[in-house]
Amino acid sequence: MRVTAHALVAGYGTRDVLEGIDLTIGPGLCAFIGPNGAGKSTLIRALAGLIAPRSGRVELDGVDLRAMSRGAIARRLAVVPQVFDTLFPFTVREIVALGRTARLRAFAGPGDTDRQAIGRAIELLDLGHLARRRIDTLSGGERQRAVLAMALAQEADVLLLDEPTVHLDPAHQRATLALVRDLARRNGIAAAAVLHDLNLASAMAERIVIVDGGRIVADGPPAVVLTQDSVERVFGEGLLVLEDRLPPAIVPRA
Amino acid sequence: MRPAVALAGLVVALVASAMLGVLAGAVAVDPRDVLAALIGRADAPTAAIILELRLPRVIAAALVGGALGVAGALLQGLLRNPLADPYVTGTSAGAALGSVAAVAAGGPALLTPLAAFVGALGSVAVIWRLARIGGRTTVLTVLLAGIVISSFAGAGVTLLIVASDRLSLRLRAVLDVLVGGVTSRGSAELVVAAAIVAIATVLALALARRLDAYAFGEETAATLGVDTEDTTRSVLVVTALLTGAAVALAGLVSFVGLVIPHALRPLVGARHVVLVPACLLGGATALVLADLGARIALAPAELPVGVITGLVGAPFFLLVLARSARSGA
Repeated sequence: MRVTAHALVAGYGTRDVLEGIDLTIGPGLCAFIGPNGAGKSTLIRALAGLIAPRSGRVELDGVDLRAMSRGAIARRLAVVPQVFDTLFPFTVREIVALGRTARLRAFAGPGDTDRQAIGRAIELLDLGHLARRRIDTLSGGERQRAVLAMALAQEADVLLLDEPTVHLDPAHQRATLALVRDLARRNGIAAAAVLHDLNLASAMAERIVIVDGGRIVADGPPAVVLTQDSVERVFGEGLLVLEDRLPPAIVPRA
Repeated sequence: MRPAVALAGLVVALVASAMLGVLAGAVAVDPRDVLAALIGRADAPTAAIILELRLPRVIAAALVGGALGVAGALLQGLLRNPLADPYVTGTSAGAALGSVAAVAAGGPALLTPLAAFVGALGSVAVIWRLARIGGRTTVLTVLLAGIVISSFAGAGVTLLIVASDRLSLRLRAVLDVLVGGVTSRGSAELVVAAAIVAIATVLALALARRLDAYAFGEETAATLGVDTEDTTRSVLVVTALLTGAAVALAGLVSFVGLVIPHALRPLVGARHVVLVPACLLGGATALVLADLGARIALAPAELPVGVITGLVGAPFFLLVLARSARSGA
C-alpha cells in the first residue's frame, strides 16, 4: 500500500502552496518537517484528497484519488486531524466508533468486526478507563489520543497525521509516535506525520522529508537528511545539529 | 441513561402532555366526556370542542414542535453551531415568506407547505453558503446572516400584504403566520404535515451516522468516508422540509429548535440516531405543553404559542450565547 504524488501542484484561492511535489509514501513512518507555512499541512490534505490538485495527481496504489469515492478512500487512508474540539457530548467510545463510518450502512449498527476494531484502537491508546467519559471532559492530550484512536479504528493502510503530538507531554509524544511507528512496521502501514520537534522526528521516523516553500528539499533517513547544512538552509542559523549522534540531535544555539 | 430508557420516557411524556392538552382548556369538560368524545359517544357540543378544537390543536402542536426539534438538531450538527435553529438562522422566516406568498397567490391550501418548503430551502442554502466562507463557521456569522435573512423575508411579507388585495382581506391568516400559533387546522393540513414530518424524520435518521462524523468538522467527516457535498445537501433539504411543514402549520414559532436539542443531549447523548427521535418526541411534548399554557394563561383569551416559546426561548438563547462566547467559539 502506498500513496504517491506526481508533479503535485495545489493551493488555496489563487495561491499555490505546493509547487510540484513528487513523493511516494510506503510502509514505515515518515516525518514531514519544515518551517511554518512551508506547505506540510497542505501536503497532508492533498495526499488525503481533501484539496484537489491544480495539476499533477495523487494516487493510492496507482488509482487516482479523484476516481475514488470518499468512502473508498476512507477504508484505505485515515487522517488524524489537527482539530479535536467538538461541541457535542460524544463519549470517547463513540468518537472512536466514528472511525468505522465508511464501513457501515445507513441503518445498520456496528458488527463484530467493527466492535473488535474499536476495542483494539481503544486498547492501543490506553483509553479503556476513559471509554465512557464524555470527550469534552478530557484533557487536550486525552482528546488527542481519542482522535488518534478514531483514525486507527478505520484500519486503513495509509495513516496521515497532522501534528499529532502538539498537545501531548514529551513522554506521550514519544509513546504516541512509537505506537504509530510500531504499527507501521508490524502491519506494513504507510504513515506520514507532520512534526515540529526535530529531535522527535529524528528519533522516531525512519525517513524524513523536509518541505520548504512548497517543495521537497531533502528526503531520506534521519542521519542523511538532518545535517547542519540542510537544517541551517531551512531553519536558519539558530540550530546546532550534533551530527555525530545517532540519530542526529538538534539543540538551539545559546 | 440508556437511550432506550430515555426514548421510552419521552414517549410517556408526550402521551401524558397530549392527554393533558385534550383534557384542559377554556371550557371545563369532564374527563369522562372527553373519553366519550374520543370514542364517538359524546353529545354534539362536547364532541365539537374535543374533536374539532382541542385534538387537532394538540396534534398540530406536536407536529410543529417535533419538526422544529429535529430541524434544530440537524442544523446544530451540520453547522457545528450551538445557536443554530430554524428561527435564529432565518430559515423559518424564509418559510413564512413562502407561506404568505402562497396565501397571496390564492392557490389551493396544499400549496402552502410547498411554498414554505421552497422559502425555507432558499434561506438555509444562503446560510450554508455564508457559513462556509473562509472554511470556518463562526457562531456570529450564522447569527448575522439569520438576522439579515429574517429582515429580508419580513420586508417581503410586508410588501405582499400591502400589494395584495387578497391578503388585506385575509390579514388574520397572515397574522397567524407571523406570530406563530397552532389554531385549529383542518384534517387535510394535518395529514399533509404529518406525512412530511414522518418522511423527513426517517431521512434524518438515515443521515444520522454521517452527521455524527461532522463532530470535528466537515473535513474530518470527509476523511471518515462521508461524501460531504451530498450529505450537506440532504441535511439542508430535510431541514427545509421540516421547517416548511412547521411554518405552514403554525407560522413563526421561535426557539423550539434551539432549546430542545440542548436540553436533550445531556440526557440521550450526542449521537444523532438517538438525538433525532428524542428531539421529535421532546419537541412535540414541549410545544403541546406550551400551547396548553397559551390557551389557559389568559383564558378565555388565547395567546399565540409563539409568545410562550419566545418568552421561554429568548433567555435560553442568551444563556447559550454567553456560554459559547466564554468558550471563545
